[in-house]
Amino acid sequence: MELPDLAPLWLTLRLAGITMALLLVIGTPIAWWLAHSQSRLKPVIEALTALPLVLPPTVLGFYLLVMLSPKSLIGGAWLDLTGTTLTFSFLGLVVGSAIYSLPFTVQPLQAAFEGLGRGPLEAAAMLRAGPIDRFRTVVLPLSARGFLTAAVLSFAHTLGEFGVVLMLGGNIPGKTKVISIAIYEQVETINYADAHVLSAGLLLFSFLVLLFVYTVNRRFPVSVG
Amino acid sequence: MLQVDVTLGFDEFALAVRHDFALSGVTAIFGRSGSGKSTLLRVIAGLETRAEGRVVMAGEVWQDQNRQIAPERRGVGYVFQDTRLFPHLSVRGNLDYALKRARGLGGPRFDDVVQALDLGALLARRPTALSGGEKQRVAIARALLTAPKILLMDEPLAALDDARKAEILPYLERLRDAGGVPILYVSHSLAEVSRLARHIVVLQAGRVMRADTAEAVLSDPEAVPMFDRREAGAIIAARVGAQEADGLTRLETSAGPLFLPRAGAAIGSSLRIRIHAQDVMLARARPEGLSALNILPAIVTEVRLGEGSDALVQLRMGDDLILARITRRSARVMALAPGAEVFAILKSVAVAQADVGTATAQA
Repeated sequence: MELPDLAPLWLTLRLAGITMALLLVIGTPIAWWLAHSQSRLKPVIEALTALPLVLPPTVLGFYLLVMLSPKSLIGGAWLDLTGTTLTFSFLGLVVGSAIYSLPFTVQPLQAAFEGLGRGPLEAAAMLRAGPIDRFRTVVLPLSARGFLTAAVLSFAHTLGEFGVVLMLGGNIPGKTKVISIAIYEQVETINYADAHVLSAGLLLFSFLVLLFVYTVNRRFPVSVG
Repeated sequence: MLQVDVTLGFDEFALAVRHDFALSGVTAIFGRSGSGKSTLLRVIAGLETRAEGRVVMAGEVWQDQNRQIAPERRGVGYVFQDTRLFPHLSVRGNLDYALKRARGLGGPRFDDVVQALDLGALLARRPTALSGGEKQRVAIARALLTAPKILLMDEPLAALDDARKAEILPYLERLRDAGGVPILYVSHSLAEVSRLARHIVVLQAGRVMRADTAEAVLSDPEAVPMFDRREAGAIIAARVGAQEADGLTRLETSAGPLFLPRAGAAIGSSLRIRIHAQDVMLARARPEGLSALNILPAIVTEVRLGEGSDALVQLRMGDDLILARITRRSARVMALAPGAEVFAILKSVAVAQADVGTATAQA
């Protein structure tokens, strides 16, 4: 048996990895703000970050397509600036995936920060630790489980993404043809053998990632709360 | 001197404190729960960013109308009631955390602090593997290692049972007597305050009701309603005179000798003695044929009729002032008034001093 083209798999892993990294950078301050703010804006931001949980991916993909297209404000500015389009490009997929998976980063982190409370931070401040020092030496280690959960969920959620990609990225080999699209295409062309290989590969890979994470999580020395 | 003039409003309570704290020894901030003691401490530490007013520590402005110095830049050591040790670090890791950030600030040496608080055997342990008393000792050591200009202690013993309290108090007394760092000590326990404090600031509903030396506050009949009546009592100074053959220790006070079951302190050492107001009986003539050992002459300085059937009598006994709680009827029958000469019969006397623990003499 000949192996199907594995490029969609690598593209998917790259997309999920980059999205995860981006989301940890963006999601941490959002989650921190949500965990500590008493602003009246808080429920608004909370609702906005949770929206991707309830919206059909096609709705999200549709609006992103409209917003990022070269004729729109953002897409046009991007085109002027870089000479490339955001739609039907890998970068566009990263933007879409990040929005699509945002709640899977923000919610575990917010829960971790809320569980931590102000106590350890105040204690660190009383030991002469400044804000960045406190975050690095107290928040990070004591929220490690939250970060692990956020990273895994956003990675895994991006792996399985289909609707947003289809709307926003189309099916360009090597650029936007991720594994879920490739499988869909194989099934459409009644090429069940290749669909099986890709599906089983994704299934096994996802299982191994989750197994690894839960094993590590269980052995984690720190328990908080 | 620590000058504080701050306000901080909450939904059902407002803190409005204006007081200059003397920076010598232990100043107790005393009050019932909800009186604002802990909040005041947090304002001084800079943890309540909504607080308004001025905080000036030994000439250094920590807060005024224009700015608040961040808590980590004030140089306060803070001992929380719930210790707040870092669970992801060992005891040594917790202590190092403080030490690393206080380099070059002339704080105490690691080994000295570890020795003073007996932490040598605990260094490798995790905070979760420590008893309540051990945790609190680590928390105190950690605060000392930050080389603080002032040590703020928020009910450090409140979460401990009596045995654990007795275990920690000698460490606090040694800390006080070493005289390095001034301490603000929040407590609602008159026993702790009597034992440790040189000055007492009484808070009620967010305001300073009374502030003076411990001796003055504790012997003031006016102040008694702020305390638990059964707990009210004055403190007087004494010196260990002799250990007598029948097991009693003779203590010299300004009014004469007192006798206690062997207090265990070295001859010549100074003690602080606590005399509960309800343990003092009064007689107009020196009583005869009474089992009580400790009977001293005194002069009435004030009589204050309290709620119900109570009367509080302040007495001068030598150079010291003590309180007696008797009934209004007795005060009337005995015609007690300022200047009256009486004899104070001390039914029990509690001693509190470093490495003595607390001994109580029953008559």
